[in-house]
Amino acid sequence: MTDPAQQQAAAQRIAAIPTRFPAPMGWWVMFLFALCLLALFFVSVAVLFARGPGIWGNNIPVGWGFPISNYIWWLGIGHAGTLISAMLLLVGQQWRNSLNRFAEAMTLFAVMCAGLYPILHLGRPWRFYWMAPYPSTMGIWPQFRSPLTWDFFAVLTYLIVSVLFWYIGIVPDLAAARDRAEKRRWQIFFGLGALGWRGSAAHWHRWQQSYRLTAAIAVPLVVSVHSEISLLMAAGPVPGWVSTVFPPYFVLGAAFSGFAVVSMLTLWLRAMLKLGALVTPRHLNMLGILLLATGLMTAYGYLAEVFTAAWSGGREAETMWDRFVGPYAWSYWGAVVFNFVPLQALWWARVRTSPIALFLIGLSVAVGMWLERYMLLVSSLYRDWLESSEGLFRPTFWDWSLYAGTLGLFLTCFLLFIRFLPVISAFEVREEAQEALDG
Amino acid sequence: MMTCLAAAVLAIAGWARVRSPYETEQGWVQHQPVPFSHKHHVADIGLDCRYCHAGVETSAEAGLPSTHVCMTCHSQLWTGADVLAPVRQSLASGQPLVWHRVSQLPDYVYFNHSIHVARGVACAECHGRIDKMALTFRAQPFEMQFCIDCHRDPAPHLGPPDRVTRMTPLGWSEADKRRYGERVMAAHRIDPKTLVNCGICHR
Repeated sequence: MTDPAQQQAAAQRIAAIPTRFPAPMGWWVMFLFALCLLALFFVSVAVLFARGPGIWGNNIPVGWGFPISNYIWWLGIGHAGTLISAMLLLVGQQWRNSLNRFAEAMTLFAVMCAGLYPILHLGRPWRFYWMAPYPSTMGIWPQFRSPLTWDFFAVLTYLIVSVLFWYIGIVPDLAAARDRAEKRRWQIFFGLGALGWRGSAAHWHRWQQSYRLTAAIAVPLVVSVHSEISLLMAAGPVPGWVSTVFPPYFVLGAAFSGFAVVSMLTLWLRAMLKLGALVTPRHLNMLGILLLATGLMTAYGYLAEVFTAAWSGGREAETMWDRFVGPYAWSYWGAVVFNFVPLQALWWARVRTSPIALFLIGLSVAVGMWLERYMLLVSSLYRDWLESSEGLFRPTFWDWSLYAGTLGLFLTCFLLFIRFLPVISAFEVREEAQEALDG
Repeated sequence: MMTCLAAAVLAIAGWARVRSPYETEQGWVQHQPVPFSHKHHVADIGLDCRYCHAGVETSAEAGLPSTHVCMTCHSQLWTGADVLAPVRQSLASGQPLVWHRVSQLPDYVYFNHSIHVARGVACAECHGRIDKMALTFRAQPFEMQFCIDCHRDPAPHLGPPDRVTRMTPLGWSEADKRRYGERVMAAHRIDPKTLVNCGICHR
């Protein structure tokens, strides 16, 4: 464990990161890369708007394809930020203080990428607001039995609560950054964001209340939102989807993929911004344990799925067998291998605390979970009850380009965040250090 | 605070705008090649709607009269009138008059006049008191709300089919109208549940 005094000094530096950024070169290189991908995003969306969803590989019977599997993947990644921040706050795990701020930012940007997908997937994306129950001149409500409407409410609720939670959390640090800023424009920028925070006892009291309350709202949302996503599938009479294990399976898979991405971002920021004093081997160890635990729970979901299929027999079992040996077997075995094989190395503490090993395992899990979403969606849809309606799905260039584009959107937002806002919750780290000093 | 206020103002302005004639063109007169007066032809002369809009009982479109229909009278009456010059030109050249649509539905809406007429929805229900329009304007907003209000509760809007083109009210009490409408619905098995299926209008 690092010396509290050293930790406190490090916390002082966090608030100064935006005004005296420590790694301008590395940041610019990453930012240019992210901007290229973002440009690809805009090109893909422009082509999509001009020519319609026909540019994608989606077609009957696989009407969902990339947009929906990527939507699920992005949203799942977002959930880890909420779990790390809100759940660990409520159960009093103080080590989260070094990770929560950027994990929350990751949630925001991942939810943005996720939320864009169902909208872009609409035939007429500019009409997306028709899903909202606003007082329209149509005289009808949105179709509440439609998964599209569920998506709308799930993503919107989650986005609002995530923004609130992240913003409430950052207000005291914005005030610290405001007081520390020397240039006028930084003072105004942070001053507006800090909402007149003066740090009085009354402020802190209100802040505690609202922060914990928002956390208490956010944690159940992780479960309900990703259960909703799983019901998009489990509610349909499609072989391979009709399973009661889906909601927990999806929620745990989401947390799993999210923790993988949090680990990757942690290690990247730690190396780039030299945060070794704050993000210690202990944090890496905890992340490794979380990753291993959620990974094993996800593996249970895989087993439960196989069991359900074998138990049900008939078309369910055929679909399962088709996943093992059919045309999409690569995605099934890819998911199994990438998700669970490198993961086993995390049983050893030396691997958990090794930045490079943890990063690579995180990457492997992110890829594996992407394959899992793809496998679940495509391998069920392409072959349902009628032989006459079978048809293979092949992603096109524009499928891949939009996916790469959302990665660009995510990276751009995240890089702007680490450049302009305090990436670690400085006041919470200081509080933790002070408590350690006081004994 | 200001943001909330601005958002509220925008929302209310948007709410009002989509219901205003700027959006719906309700009450707006379209420019026409000849200043045709429905008031004169319907109220003063007593022409039946179907004399000119002959397709209304049998097809989706009510249809506009050909120049020859105008000329059944105007080959004898007002033969030298300046306002009718485009009609005479049309007859001479064989080029039909280009009337501008007053009551427009979007192209993704399937609407069929004949079934509405056959079940006794009076012309005036949607087109208003045409017999009072010296220049023709859109009487109703023709938004989805307008259509679906009637589809949800058709009873008060159904009258005797032989009196659909009558412009003056039937003079029935509200209760009588509803009772009559409900009998029509029972006789023709009109069920509001199927009338509000998406596919009824969006095919």
